[in-house]
Amino acid sequence: MADGNGASRREVIQLAAGGGGGLVLGFSLAGKGEAAASAARLNAYVTVQPDGWVEVVSKNPEIGQGVKTSMPMLIAEELDADWSKVRTVQADSDPSLYGRQFAGGSMSTPLHWDELRRVGATGRALLIAAAAKSWGVDPATCSTEPGRVVHAASGRSAGYGSLASAAAALPAPDPRSLKLKDPKAFRIIGQPIAQVDTPSIVTGKPLFGIDVVVPGMLFATFEKAPVFGAGVETADLDAARAVKGVRKAFRVEGAGGTEALSPGVAVVADTWWQARKGRDRLNIRWKAPEEPGLSSRDLEARMASTARSSVDRIERHDGDVDAALKGAAKRIEATYHYPYLAHAALEPQNCTAHYSKGRMEIWAPTQNPESGRQLVAKTLGIRPEDITVHLVRCGGGFGRRLSNEYMVEAAWIARETGAPVKLLWTREDDIRQAFYRPAGWHNFEGGLDASGQLVAWHDHFLTPGQGVQTARSAGMSATEFPARFVPNFRYGLSILPSPTPTGPLRAPGSNGISFAVQGFLDELAHAAGADPLAFRLKLLGEQGLVGTPGRDGYDAARMRGVLKKVAEVSGWGRTRMAPRQGQGVAFHFSHLGYFAEVVQVRVANDGRIRVEKVWVAGDVGRQIVNPSGAINQVQGSVLDGLSAALGQEITLEGGAVVQGNFDDYRLMRMADAPPVEVHFVLSDHPPTGLGEPALPPAPPALCNAIFAATGKRVRRLPVDPALLVAG
Amino acid sequence: MAFTLSVNGRNRRVDVDPDTPLLWVLRDSLGVLGPKFGCGIGQCGACTVHVDGTPVRSCALPVEAVGKGKVTTIEGIGESEVGARVQKAWADLDVAQCGYCQPGQIMSATALLASNPKPSAEDIDAAMSGNLCRCATYNRIRAAVRQASGQTGEA
Repeated sequence: MADGNGASRREVIQLAAGGGGGLVLGFSLAGKGEAAASAARLNAYVTVQPDGWVEVVSKNPEIGQGVKTSMPMLIAEELDADWSKVRTVQADSDPSLYGRQFAGGSMSTPLHWDELRRVGATGRALLIAAAAKSWGVDPATCSTEPGRVVHAASGRSAGYGSLASAAAALPAPDPRSLKLKDPKAFRIIGQPIAQVDTPSIVTGKPLFGIDVVVPGMLFATFEKAPVFGAGVETADLDAARAVKGVRKAFRVEGAGGTEALSPGVAVVADTWWQARKGRDRLNIRWKAPEEPGLSSRDLEARMASTARSSVDRIERHDGDVDAALKGAAKRIEATYHYPYLAHAALEPQNCTAHYSKGRMEIWAPTQNPESGRQLVAKTLGIRPEDITVHLVRCGGGFGRRLSNEYMVEAAWIARETGAPVKLLWTREDDIRQAFYRPAGWHNFEGGLDASGQLVAWHDHFLTPGQGVQTARSAGMSATEFPARFVPNFRYGLSILPSPTPTGPLRAPGSNGISFAVQGFLDELAHAAGADPLAFRLKLLGEQGLVGTPGRDGYDAARMRGVLKKVAEVSGWGRTRMAPRQGQGVAFHFSHLGYFAEVVQVRVANDGRIRVEKVWVAGDVGRQIVNPSGAINQVQGSVLDGLSAALGQEITLEGGAVVQGNFDDYRLMRMADAPPVEVHFVLSDHPPTGLGEPALPPAPPALCNAIFAATGKRVRRLPVDPALLVAG
Repeated sequence: MAFTLSVNGRNRRVDVDPDTPLLWVLRDSLGVLGPKFGCGIGQCGACTVHVDGTPVRSCALPVEAVGKGKVTTIEGIGESEVGARVQKAWADLDVAQCGYCQPGQIMSATALLASNPKPSAEDIDAAMSGNLCRCATYNRIRAAVRQASGQTGEA
């Protein structure tokens, strides 16, 4: 999830293309001199064992999005490796070898589709060259079968294991000069391949950050103020130290704000439970916060008092919205609101750190390791080159682990303690000390002409921030749909002052905006007396690409393609619905992916919602790298969106978050999870990522289905069943 | 205080406070890391283990309450025929995304099938609804339980 205020998608691409990518640098370390008897390293990513097993490095953090499988698949395909003899190895954080390593923005696939295949192709070329040399034949007359180089003319062949040492000693070809496979010849890409860690997952092997064990390790807990960033007034450290097993209890003054090291109190013990018991005795009094604590109702009041006339600034105005609204045959208004959300990854934040002789070693479940390393360096005053960050599988990410403050905390506590320390947050720490998906409000006005065509759109977007600056992940692009598709279009912005820390949550921006935009569009469709899906197709018009690819490009033809597909597979308009049963549709473009979804619900007379089924059509280009992982991502994204829309809200009271655990911050459970049917529309575009773009259409499709079933329009999330009671 | 626990068929001695939740005895004292910490209040099921075959939330079970009960964790569940079948179904269907909740899911599913070999869709939902999957792999969890119970097709 590339952060709206951090590196943009475009910058990330430029970084990768401009030498930040691993390829060129990686190959500078290729093989020579490293070809040992035991194994031969063909390049920074590929090592071949004498027995033919191939080790392929996975460079990016694995957070459940499947890159530890899909990225090595790209390499293995062009290497023409035998997948049953491929072992993947998780890279440490090492930008000098691997360029930027992060899990965000659904960018692993688009950034590596070409590059990592070329990594594999280079290895294959070396193996072919080594075989050809030993056989005294032209390399061009050789081919490969999985794990073997073959010279068909002479009937000779050799396994990669026997060729690797010689191959590693040869000069590497220019990766750009190599011809990649015809996709028809793919043997690995496009196959549904189980995650490489599956055998370990199902048998409970230690894989995650929380499972890291370092000899002599102690366990830590760290309590921070309920009001973000407040300092410690008093704490009963001796009471904590009196608890059996507690080794240390100390205050941390904080440095660098909530993004780095917040003030608090650390308790370190022989076991985590002992540390927790010590923490329970601290009896901390917190200093009064610098800013008065904000409550959710204050923010609501600020929103309500910010009338349309007080738009802080106009971000976009096409045509003449006021005139078009005045001249419209029909005109409607509505206000949409979505709340703050927490990420609530199931593995609570944790990190293990060991400081010894001026060097810091860190094992971190993080989506953004290098940024964490730099933050630790800056906050603790350690040179970055003296810090090693090992990437550990994350028990979920969802954008939360793009922030690395828990890494800084672990490093700080470990240095203070003088022993290896595993810091583990409680669930309450996780829910109450987060970088929340920002709440937002959209005051809409829309106008239709006599034919029912949408001719005017006004969106007054109110979002948290400070001064003129929107909070992190709280902005909206001036090209956000339906900009460029409505002749008279205006988007005005107002900032609601709020100190609550915010940050990217899966499909940042899109995950809230889509609910508002696709909900109001649905209202306009009904006002026009049109079928909601046909209305959307008409709005998308006849055009193809609008804007510039890789920047603000929006391919209306691709969106029409997924809308038509989802209409076909869901039986849209052709399925008889029972009373209080209905289908809703929505679409959204984000993270380079085009998604349209139909949700079918049945709403009981008491307002309880049963989501019966979801149909998804997605276009992420011409090739699905790993269909098994891809379908899983889409199903999970959709259910994630429904889960939030049906049950989740973070509220504030006096500056502190009210919710604390899964009893009051409710995640979808099995019994409420509908089947999600996934269809990919293949289009002739480079493959793009799937961690996020299937999420945004789900909440509005749900709410539009609720309208179809009940006639009640949901304009506020989470959905309140009390408003859906029959009669 | 000293306790002797039966964990995956082995007697293990630990010296911990009696109120220490079983989860932390397993993880921090015995190095049994398969059961996971997710909430600490028995809401998410990531810590699910069996005591005498019954699924329990080990994060909320004081070690003193275990007594002579035989504790089985994800590390030991494959020893049983049903447990091995469930693990195989999970692997065959590539259920996991992040995988963090899956040891708990597998423990709940195994307990279900041990007592109810051919569960209905409603039985599955009821038995599995104590286990959260934040990645929401519920479609595949449901399919894996059905496969492990020898039932095919959609419920």
